[in-house]
Amino acid sequence: MSNVPADLHYTKDHEWIKVAADGTAVIGITDHAQAALGDVTFVDLPKVGASFGHGDVFGTVESVKAASDLYSPVSCEVLEANATLNDSPDLVNREPYGGAWMIKVKVKNTGEVAGLLDAAGYAALL
Amino acid sequence: MSAPLSRTPLFALHVELGARIVPFAGWEMPVQYAGIIEEHMAVRQAAGLFDVSHMGEARVRGRDAAQFLDGVMTNEMATIKVGMARYTVMCQPDGGCVDDLIVYRLAADEFLICLNASNAPKDLAWMRAHVGSHQVEVRDECAAWAQLALQGPRAEAILALVTATPLAPIRRFGFAFGEVAGVAGCLISRTGYTGSPGFELYLPAAAAEQVARALLAAGKPHGLVPAGLGARDSLRLEANYPLYGHEISEKISPIQAGLGWTVKFAKPAFIGREALHRQAQGGPVSSVVLFSLEDRRIARQGAVVYSGETPVGEVLSGTQSPVLGKPIGTALVAAGHAASATLTVDIRGHRLPLRLATEPFVK
Repeated sequence: MSNVPADLHYTKDHEWIKVAADGTAVIGITDHAQAALGDVTFVDLPKVGASFGHGDVFGTVESVKAASDLYSPVSCEVLEANATLNDSPDLVNREPYGGAWMIKVKVKNTGEVAGLLDAAGYAALL
Repeated sequence: MSAPLSRTPLFALHVELGARIVPFAGWEMPVQYAGIIEEHMAVRQAAGLFDVSHMGEARVRGRDAAQFLDGVMTNEMATIKVGMARYTVMCQPDGGCVDDLIVYRLAADEFLICLNASNAPKDLAWMRAHVGSHQVEVRDECAAWAQLALQGPRAEAILALVTATPLAPIRRFGFAFGEVAGVAGCLISRTGYTGSPGFELYLPAAAAEQVARALLAAGKPHGLVPAGLGARDSLRLEANYPLYGHEISEKISPIQAGLGWTVKFAKPAFIGREALHRQAQGGPVSSVVLFSLEDRRIARQGAVVYSGETPVGEVLSGTQSPVLGKPIGTALVAAGHAASATLTVDIRGHRLPLRLATEPFVK
């Protein structure tokens, strides 16, 4: 069974987001997503300062089998992209909720977070 | 409505081994167990066991069997020695490929032919439609056989643990019948689709699971792992073996695919001979190239190939090469561009240079 941590919010497209009290957030893909993708070989992430709307494509994760778009769970501006994934894209398979976070962002409208799935809601999709 | 998917005799074993099952060519097949890269490297360094029971089989038997096959296949059939196999293409009159096949000569007047899963009904119908006045019978044996591919440098040592059949005398593209894991009547063939040494085993379908379990158990100390279709695809692409529907198809001839060596124009007549001869003489309108990329993005089927700003072709297959650690693939490019050093491919808006390869990445 997939791991679905209780303290995160989720999209139906299998991204997770962890929102901090200061309005920043970290975004990645779920354990279910990495398992479905198989061996990840490349993660294409945006530059610092890029802005995305809710549901916009912010990057691509590429596995041996397929390339999949990454969708922004909220409207946000990118503060940092995880450079570790350049050299170790396979971290996505090993630590989807930890070392393989993808972008750190400033959330533009924290109200959007309430529209996301909680852990129970996401788990029900799997 | 699509037809229900078929299952090989090893379906339950795949599930038990934790495979991810996907639909492929009308079959429910394991795409991976532990992971494509891990399985790929196991085949290159030790051994992998693939269930390829979705592949079809036809038995062609009769006084005119060799002559009949020489009329429908591009390669020479009459000169195959009993106990040997040969790779060939079967072509349409326009030179497009009906299928690519391995033909095993069982006896002077008897052949067993391995068919691609998705083409098996078409191949059988095609051969039967061209029997004409030949004294030959084309029998559908798809359901009778299961197939396992045991591939990798440890394959021979592992197979020797479960069969008393002498393996050393079986040369590349040679085969012998023998008992494997207590199952009689198995065809043991030194062939494969990975670019690593190994064997393909044709087994009575009902006995496939017994043989697979025996091989997995005997091979485990040697590093044998079950391997799925994902690794099979990345392995064959590193070795530059064509896959029907990608590098060859009804639209891509063996001449275009770089398989001219399988087309024997010295034969007086075979289906497709005239069209293929024209292509070979005048040069085909497009041809298949092998490439690698100095990037992390994979150029996948359908990605457009450019010369400058002009589209000149498209990608046929693409994957990450675990051995090279970079993306590889094949593309069909228009005549005049197949040796160009300045081709690029568009991957989601990124233009990346194609580095053309003149030899397979793994031999």
